[in-house]
Amino acid sequence: MSPLGFLRKNQQEVEERENADRGFLVFENTSEVIQAENLLKKRGWEIRVMGPPPEIRKGCDLVIEFSLIEELKVTKVLQDAGIPPLQAVPVTSPLLQPVDLFKIKDFGRHLMVQAANMKLTVDKESLTIVNISGGGCPDVPYLAEQMVGKPLGEAPSPREIGHTLCGYALQLAYEEMKRRCSQS
Amino acid sequence: MLAVVGTVPDRDVPLLAGKVTLENGDICVQGRRVSVKRGTPALLAAAVKVGEALGQEKPFGYLVGDIGRGDGSQKLYQYLVQHLKQTDFHTICFHYLQPIVGWHNRIQSIIKKMIPKPILIADAGSMYVAKMSGRSEAYDLFTPDIGELAFLADELAPHPFYTRGFLLHEENHVPDLIARAYANGNAPQYLLVKGRKDYLANKQGIQAIIDNPLEEAMEAIGGTGDTLTGIVAVLIASGIDIREAAITAAKLNRLAGVYARPTPATQVMEIIKCIPEALKILMKECKWKTGKVHD
Repeated sequence: MSPLGFLRKNQQEVEERENADRGFLVFENTSEVIQAENLLKKRGWEIRVMGPPPEIRKGCDLVIEFSLIEELKVTKVLQDAGIPPLQAVPVTSPLLQPVDLFKIKDFGRHLMVQAANMKLTVDKESLTIVNISGGGCPDVPYLAEQMVGKPLGEAPSPREIGHTLCGYALQLAYEEMKRRCSQS
Repeated sequence: MLAVVGTVPDRDVPLLAGKVTLENGDICVQGRRVSVKRGTPALLAAAVKVGEALGQEKPFGYLVGDIGRGDGSQKLYQYLVQHLKQTDFHTICFHYLQPIVGWHNRIQSIIKKMIPKPILIADAGSMYVAKMSGRSEAYDLFTPDIGELAFLADELAPHPFYTRGFLLHEENHVPDLIARAYANGNAPQYLLVKGRKDYLANKQGIQAIIDNPLEEAMEAIGGTGDTLTGIVAVLIASGIDIREAAITAAKLNRLAGVYARPTPATQVMEIIKCIPEALKILMKECKWKTGKVHD
């Protein structure tokens, strides 16, 4: 590779890394993009409308770039407004999918479900959430404070009060736990 | 001195910067009390306990309220950009913060110019943003759990939520994930991987495995990873080398867990209370015992 080519590659890598905390919201049509743009800007999020990368094959010819970490809150706001995105994907790797593997650990009286980096544990007899562990975004300690000690059916869901991708992972663990507990 | 940077789950907590004490189970900074349930308060509570027992200076905390909106984190990033260069901390531990690449990189640029450069530890959101920004190698220690290690090993994932499934499968052994994280430049000088077994690793591979004593329930208890990070941070800040501090911290965290006789419903403060007792036992066998353990 020529020195110029090397510099260009380096520059490209730096730019990609700078965007690593950004995501794309993909919509069915441009009218939804415009509505979503107005709503998100009004709510104070830093976003921009742009053309989609070639990897994204769904949706219209515009996407919204947003703070990927806040995917849970942003998609909830859009859903509540009746303009849910078709997809929310990382800018740096638009083909990546959210985690879909669960790890289950049975402690006897307690059951733990893990989704990605989040773990939710309930007392199998009372169905009370007894612990939440893992994660690293600032809504995790908040979600734990709001959910621990409450029955699974009465605790607020992470989707309602969470904001981040860690909150999203906890939502998946919470849904899986509810599914398992409803079967037993 | 140790500095700890993180958030607390209460929007009303303003930006606080000061020495941290532990009073009746709450951490106190600048006259403000914060309860210890998990996250950065748990890290700080464990660090205070160990520091007190070893006669160390109290850790310095940079804290702000943030419940996931990132507003508090941004204030804290901004404050650090303005104030960090005037400090001379031996060790800085970055913890629960909203991962924002631009702010992270600005802080790293400032730290790079500090002389001497502080020892840098990252866990939680701060570890995520370090990896995201491609600057893991600027750090001295990360303390991931195994799920987070898989994220570090995945060169594409911007967050653990997007870690690819083939890296999360049980059959992926920790040594392979560690090797992959280093091969992709997504690990610092040392990794302390916490789990059923704790692994200390560097670029050359696994340096130590700490698997005894074992309390199965610890995995479910929120905050037990935070206490491990707090313990290793305060030991490093006391002058112990990273390798020895990490091994000792892993043993100490496990032993405190055993003394708390936990169930999956135990809360982390019960374990933190047992740290002084566990430390007394460990001090008898550690090379670095420098003096009396304070009650």
